[in-house]
Amino acid sequence: MTLASLTENWKAFSYGFLDASAKREMRRKMIKAVAVPGCQMPYASREVPIARGWGTGGLQVTLTLLNKASVVKVIDQGADDSVNAASIRRFLTRVSGAEATWDTLDATLIQSRHRVPEEKLRSDQILILQVPNPEPLRPVEPNMSVARQMHADADYGRLWLTLYEQIVRSGRIMQGAAYPSMVNRRHVMAPSPIPRWDVPKLNMAEHLTILSAGREKRIYAVPPHTSVEPLVFDDVPYKVEDHGHLTCIRSGLKGFFMNEIPQEDGTAAHEVSDSHLGIKAIDRTSGEQVEFGETWYKDGEMQQ
Amino acid sequence: MTALAKQPPQLVRTRPLMTLNGISKTYDDVTALDDVSAQVYPGEVLGIVGESGSGKSTFLRLMNLQETPDSGSYHLDLPDLPDNLFTLDRFERRMLCARQIGIVYQNPHEGLLMTHSSSGNVAERLLIAGERRFHVLREKAQSALEASEFPIPRMDAPPIELSGGMQQRVQLAKAIALEPAVLLLDEPTTGLDVSVQALVLDTLKRLQQERRITMVLVSHDLGVIRTMADRVMVMRRGQVVEDGLVDQVFQDPQHAYTQQLVHAKL
Repeated sequence: MTLASLTENWKAFSYGFLDASAKREMRRKMIKAVAVPGCQMPYASREVPIARGWGTGGLQVTLTLLNKASVVKVIDQGADDSVNAASIRRFLTRVSGAEATWDTLDATLIQSRHRVPEEKLRSDQILILQVPNPEPLRPVEPNMSVARQMHADADYGRLWLTLYEQIVRSGRIMQGAAYPSMVNRRHVMAPSPIPRWDVPKLNMAEHLTILSAGREKRIYAVPPHTSVEPLVFDDVPYKVEDHGHLTCIRSGLKGFFMNEIPQEDGTAAHEVSDSHLGIKAIDRTSGEQVEFGETWYKDGEMQQ
Repeated sequence: MTALAKQPPQLVRTRPLMTLNGISKTYDDVTALDDVSAQVYPGEVLGIVGESGSGKSTFLRLMNLQETPDSGSYHLDLPDLPDNLFTLDRFERRMLCARQIGIVYQNPHEGLLMTHSSSGNVAERLLIAGERRFHVLREKAQSALEASEFPIPRMDAPPIELSGGMQQRVQLAKAIALEPAVLLLDEPTTGLDVSVQALVLDTLKRLQQERRITMVLVSHDLGVIRTMADRVMVMRRGQVVEDGLVDQVFQDPQHAYTQQLVHAKL
């Protein structure tokens, strides 16, 4: 009997690229972020093998949450097959052994840039949003120390003023993506550059959303069943993009967020932004058995 | 005896609205204010004069709760306020200033967002106080701008496109939008030409007479103080060297420095 035979074979303590201390840092800050919904937590953002600004924040969260039982979906602007999404997905599966999927229903972790899938997420799923600019006050207050004080005081008058100015100058609110939203009636967050269409999906949702900015080193979260209310005036209702009546030229889907495709003749065609939802619709049309999840929107209207 | 006759007679309120006691403030080794006290009564205009560096603007900033003195107390005779406003935290100060203390700065850049609309600048104050109805914001901003004699067709022009006089009117509209208890004016007409100065002072005078707003007016221009103020405080090197009714101080100055000021200017 030798000592070697009594001990387990050496196993790498860390998997998923990040070492244990990096993951511990991420876990601690994620717990903090969940404890104070919408409040930005600074964290020690590590180097990962993609460039800053290409989803390093989201990637670090995913790598921390990932294990062999995970099923990962990565989307970029709604598409599973874009170069960035494909690269990140391949990297995630290679370093962890986790399974990859394009189907929202099968995924346990969904890392996304700029979209929330159209099918409703469940309580056993986590949405990880890549965030370029986490500070909603940045356009109105460039000084970060002052901005932090403003968050502490819930001093969001300047954000309302921005909306006031947009209505005065353009007759409507012009804010497209990253619409400032009040989380849990306390902190205003920038919900990453998701379109207005997607913001109501975060409100009182079943799933946990974690938003992470690697370059800016800030992480924040929307826990399940937490209110997310876009800032709106009492007498000027919140409006999502007017896509409810559009039909996808490839899948025939209608009533979802669409990408506009300019045509030679000057008109525009549209295709559904959630690419795998479109693929499922095409497969169903060709006679395949496809499982569709319940969607947030029905006939272009958000379901409460 | 009628019910009316049973009521006690209406008395003129004689308690001061603002009371500042023993205010001292130093910056490093420079004494900006040395044991300065002042009282301002409801509806009164208190003028503060003095040369540059006399401490008058520091005193005004303390009244606006932008700073905390080394010693001294500040009381506003309004409901639900502590005896010393300097004990309020940053958030409480901000809310109190938004609702009860309006200020017009000498430099419009200090008080205005120059690239936002003029109406938006006024609306900002209402937003801080919690107003969330767009149409109410518009109406109240318009009403405050009208009261400041600002041309309403230009209410959505940004201050950067306006003249100095118009910028001061936007500041004034912003300051009075929530009908504050006190209006602080820090050299509001300095830098304007004489005819525009007169127009702005006329507006201030009319507002004061119509609304009985309590004002504290800081100026180095004795003509402005004489036009606007009921009482005057003369400051020098962080101390009050003389105070009293405007006519009394200007016609019969007691302190050598006041005599020098009056003779130099009038």
